[in-house]
Amino acid sequence: MRRMPPTKRRMPVALHRLPLGSPLQILLLACSFALAGYAGVRLLADDWFGVALWFVGAALLHDLVLVPLYTVADRAVIRGSDAVGRRAWTPYVRVPAVLSGLLLLVWFPLISGRVAERYRLGTGLSSDVFLGRWLLITAVLFGGSALLLVLRLRRATKLRPPADH
Amino acid sequence: MGCAPVLGGHAAYGRIMRDSRLPSSPGFWRSPLRGPWFTSVLGVVLLGGITVLFVTGLVSYAAYNPGLSPVNDQTPGKGLLGFYLFAWPTNPHWLYRFTQGVHVTLGITLIPVLLAKLWSVVPKLFALPPARSLAHALERLSLLLLVGGALFEFVTGVLNIQLDYIFPGSFYPLHFYGAWVFFAAFLAHTVLKLPVAVRTLRDRRGEKDERDDLTSPRPGRPTLSRRGALRLVGGGSLLLFVTTVGQSLGGALRSTALLAPHGGSDPGSGPGGFQINKTAAYAGIDAKETTDDAWRLVVTGRTGAVRLSRADLLKMDLHSSALPIACVEGWSTDDQWWRGVRLRDLAALVGYDDPPDLLVESLQRRGGFRRAALRADQVADSRSLLALFANGEDLTPDHGHPARVIVPAAPGVLNTKWVARMTFGDL
Repeated sequence: MRRMPPTKRRMPVALHRLPLGSPLQILLLACSFALAGYAGVRLLADDWFGVALWFVGAALLHDLVLVPLYTVADRAVIRGSDAVGRRAWTPYVRVPAVLSGLLLLVWFPLISGRVAERYRLGTGLSSDVFLGRWLLITAVLFGGSALLLVLRLRRATKLRPPADH
Repeated sequence: MGCAPVLGGHAAYGRIMRDSRLPSSPGFWRSPLRGPWFTSVLGVVLLGGITVLFVTGLVSYAAYNPGLSPVNDQTPGKGLLGFYLFAWPTNPHWLYRFTQGVHVTLGITLIPVLLAKLWSVVPKLFALPPARSLAHALERLSLLLLVGGALFEFVTGVLNIQLDYIFPGSFYPLHFYGAWVFFAAFLAHTVLKLPVAVRTLRDRRGEKDERDDLTSPRPGRPTLSRRGALRLVGGGSLLLFVTTVGQSLGGALRSTALLAPHGGSDPGSGPGGFQINKTAAYAGIDAKETTDDAWRLVVTGRTGAVRLSRADLLKMDLHSSALPIACVEGWSTDDQWWRGVRLRDLAALVGYDDPPDLLVESLQRRGGFRRAALRADQVADSRSLLALFANGEDLTPDHGHPARVIVPAAPGVLNTKWVARMTFGDL
């Protein structure tokens, strides 16, 4: 309990004994909910279930799937570089992986080709190019990162005083 | 974020808050990066960025002139949310190109910042007790709207520009009403948190002593500094920016937008090779309807209806204007050189010397905006044309042959292609 903020010591036993808290904050949030409600009934007018599913689902999918997924992936990278005894190499994998993953996340519909037909009809362009371009960017990111690592290692070797050998 | 209210005693909370195997325990979260400074920096960036996104989004709705006619309005039930609407101007002619380019490009650029911000506060999602007070309970409920709303807006936007229409309904109402729900929570969150963020950024020294619920009580070994993490987030934003912005800048820079839907290359070469929104095939245009023999434009006004062939139009005074195509999806073209009949000359043809509003109908069978309304000032602008040529050649089928509308500063969908009927008069 050492690190806990003092307010948490006065925890409510049950909700019916919940203290009110700041009245100003309650007023502010009530105004916010009023506006959100006004827009919300319009948002939910057509397909309330689908929209609510998307709204809440987006938050849950992000917090309970995406975040754990990339956390686990990041830990695997760190553990991997620890296993070969080169923790300092972690960023050289992590940075290109993050950047490449980000591009894939944002442009997944185009890269995966799942909208190929509509895209071709809509724009007169072929979406076949996107997978190749993404792979190319990924290759450049990892290649550049590897090159940087090699250069830094070589410089470190040259700069190392003879006594270290 | 909203959690189901959990009833329980002090002791029970104490136990699950100490057990660091559970995410409800502050000790579960080991990253040494989390802390008020990191969250505050990202929060302040989002405050500025999202405000611009919201304003440019509202502006885009105004650009459709929704008050003019039901055919322009995708959210007729907006009520008070349309309080700010104004008559969309025709100057500068690149206005919509600019505002919508900013909206989409900035939105994409902010994605890494949003993800990092959400990551930085994720322990709070699991924090117990679920509510310390009524005010705190309401705040957490509001955070569901904030996080759900932010993700909903970014996801629907990103899917829409890639033509991946899997969201539950039409894009316009979802993105517009969703934006208001999100913005309601965003405003409250700003009022509640901005003072803390500003204090944190102004007074970095005290950070370590201050007790907060973001810093891990048992941080793991750092593999990255906080500044390093911010640089990574900024690098992600920069990468998305440089691979996207070219689709709004056009020219040679279009080829730099490697992953953007209208980046890379143009669909064709030559005068009609510029970017297309909806090909003739997509719109269900039958080539037989657009031949010189078959196609007739029906112009209706005060003095009745006139039927014009393309040859009749070519005999009228032809004018040129250099105007871009700017799509709601954020991409745009450079100014193209259009040539055709002025809209106001067509208005005069049917008895309106002082141009009124105009309803334009297309041959188009599928897709939205088969009909579009233009306001009197758009019709009166001498650069507004019923174009027959683009860049010195006949319009191509995909750019609206036999004739299309082109109006300065108007969103692309109001520049109706394959025009069949024009009705002048008060709408």
